[in-house]
Amino acid sequence: MTKAFLSGNDAFAEGIRLARPQVISIYPITPQTTVVERISEMVEDSSLKSELIHVESEHSALSCAIGASAMGARTFTATSSQGLLYMAECLQYASGGRFPIVMMNANRSTALPWNIYGDQRDSLSQLDSGWIQVYVEDAQESLDMALQGYHIAENPLVSTPIMVNLDGFVLTHTYETVEIPSQTDADRFLPPFQTENKMSMDNPKNLAFSVGPDNNMEFKYLQHKAMQDSKRIIEETDAKFAEIFGRGYGGLTQGYRIDDADYILLTLGSITGLCREVVDELRERGEKVGLLKLRFLRPFPDEDLVAALGSAKAIGVLEKDISFGYEGTVYTNVNSVIAKNGLRLETYNFIAGLGGRDISRENIKAMFRHLQSGGQHVNFIGLGVTIDA
Amino acid sequence: MSKPYLRPYQKPQKLSDYPLGTASEAGYLVTKNSGWRNERPIITDECINCLQCYLYCPDGVIFKTESGLDIDYDFCKGCGICERICPKQAIKMEVETND
Amino acid sequence: MRNQITAKTITDSEFFYGHKACAGCGGSLAVRIALKVLGEGAISVLPAGCMSAVGFNYPHLCFSNNSIISTFAGTASMLTGVEAGARAVGIKNFKAVGLAGDGGTADIGIQALSGAIDRNDDILYICYDNEAYMNTGIQKSGLTPFGAKTTTTPSGENIHGNLRPKKNLFEIVAAHDIPYAATASIGNLKDFMNKIEKASKIKGTAYIHVVAPCPIGWGIPVNETIEISQKMMDCGLWYLAEYENGQFKLNRNPSEFSSIKDYLLSQSRFKHLEDADIKILAAQRDAKWTTIRKNWNTAEEDL
Repeated sequence: MTKAFLSGNDAFAEGIRLARPQVISIYPITPQTTVVERISEMVEDSSLKSELIHVESEHSALSCAIGASAMGARTFTATSSQGLLYMAECLQYASGGRFPIVMMNANRSTALPWNIYGDQRDSLSQLDSGWIQVYVEDAQESLDMALQGYHIAENPLVSTPIMVNLDGFVLTHTYETVEIPSQTDADRFLPPFQTENKMSMDNPKNLAFSVGPDNNMEFKYLQHKAMQDSKRIIEETDAKFAEIFGRGYGGLTQGYRIDDADYILLTLGSITGLCREVVDELRERGEKVGLLKLRFLRPFPDEDLVAALGSAKAIGVLEKDISFGYEGTVYTNVNSVIAKNGLRLETYNFIAGLGGRDISRENIKAMFRHLQSGGQHVNFIGLGVTIDA
Repeated sequence: MSKPYLRPYQKPQKLSDYPLGTASEAGYLVTKNSGWRNERPIITDECINCLQCYLYCPDGVIFKTESGLDIDYDFCKGCGICERICPKQAIKMEVETND
Repeated sequence: MRNQITAKTITDSEFFYGHKACAGCGGSLAVRIALKVLGEGAISVLPAGCMSAVGFNYPHLCFSNNSIISTFAGTASMLTGVEAGARAVGIKNFKAVGLAGDGGTADIGIQALSGAIDRNDDILYICYDNEAYMNTGIQKSGLTPFGAKTTTTPSGENIHGNLRPKKNLFEIVAAHDIPYAATASIGNLKDFMNKIEKASKIKGTAYIHVVAPCPIGWGIPVNETIEISQKMMDCGLWYLAEYENGQFKLNRNPSEFSSIKDYLLSQSRFKHLEDADIKILAAQRDAKWTTIRKNWNTAEEDL
């Protein structure tokens, strides 16, 4: 194990190197670019032995990865925002085809208007794509989820692609100290990729076929079931990781000071760090507040939420996203759990950080005040103008 | 010599009858195309085994045997290209009787 | 003199069989022959289109070699991935071959194809050209010829069908300085088979553009598919050529062209054409052949 001062993107690249992907397709887009640049350097200096393919578009990046995965090769690609949307067709192709590809997505706002900074609208618009989605908080978790990602995705009970989301710029380009595991330990954690879902000369197959009305629902049900079954695999993977590397992330969600909390903020990604500090500050003043970090949004951690939030008075969902004409998508998902389980608590939505707008400590304190005082359900945070129209 | 062939098929009864992913055994046929025909080709004694019909059949249903060419009527669609391509008029399209 | 593949020497095995293509389908003949030449080591990639639609309907799967349907725009990039993946997992003696229609190649698939040629990926890309989006019911594509009636270029009083010429995809591919590209037709299987054999041995990207008529879309009886392919070459609206080592070579140089009018009017997709339209086509053909005869190597060789 070595230590290094790395950006989120660099750390993710290290994680990929350790995971030993056999085929990598790359196409650049801000703020993902430094990942594919690092990987190119690693291939050049032979620290990563992989087929590196410079594709001519994001749609091709994922089509190419699917082709390689169909041969039984471990594959990787990365994208962001416009690229993610350009390859949207391929997302469903990969998940329906049950190819366990790991893809890093640098969360970035989607046009129009054009904006290269971080928000979560890109990946949240693709929650129905059939991919497992995890949102990481810091550079260490980025590196670790590259390894865990393959472990989860390639499990034969899962066999589903996984999108690892890093907040654009805030995480992708921020430097932190990171522990880089040894290749020996990484190999101990992650064995080579094996699957039945591939073409081979001994056992020729026809793949990516059509399925009509008579069988289609069963294929889709199998996909859904695999994603439900992945919850257990995600927890087991986290536990195995903790055993070998000494760090765990709590599985689908991670609570912070929630056991006796009356007011809980649900967070996604890098903002979690600042929110924990605010929780600590408010706790110093005697306020019973807590935080629940939503790591995985698909599969959705309903049981975790019921267990964590059951005795709270009010919860707030902080997300960098809005489903126009309604509310934040994560909020919609959370409210469904609350309603289905008859939980008696108030829920509030805080839409913040769109197009890279900063979310401040003061903003977060105001959110906790809102949980306590009540008021409007769906709130845009930090609008810098008077709403006069 | 190998080619895709007819298998006995039963619709899956339980989830585990389905393959993992959209992947399944190559060359696995469950239905015939014989019902498509209005006419069927008959190879006559005029055949000189030049193999042009074998080559130009879009469905590949004309095949070589030790005693000349034969036709897989399970999969012949009756297009008649074989009759047109034959240099000796040794294939005749006849009305399909469905016997 | 190259090793000749003939009906006698080609494998008896069939790799594309039992499919649901229309009776007399040109595309299915092109795919059948290509896979017979390439053999069991072929890993075929087919985009949305006629051949994938008729061959991959679970549980009825008509390819006995490894095959996969690609995204419509991503045939060439999936081929790249298949080839890299096969090598990565240690498979030897395989050939990644794409079998895509004209729409999937010249229109939606052209970007990925250009990228693959640019990378010189070790793949063989075969475009079976039936001159329209036939699988979806005969809509105009970039390779639909001037004057053709399609459902999106209907012919009537005001407009006589498709007004744009056929995109010259063979030369567009050649302009990438691809190691090997060729035109072919199912009307001359000897030529097609031997070009596939030759292309399969290329280390790098190879491209074959094979005309494969659709009787329904072209409006001919289903037993005339081969004859119309031959007429198309005989009247000069299609040519058999290769591009190799930076040079264009014409494989067959007819001393005389057969009647272009006879070729056109024997297909109901052209039957609305007036003499003035046919004159335009004949003039385009003449201009093209003048250029070909001036610039390309026209010494005929037994392929």
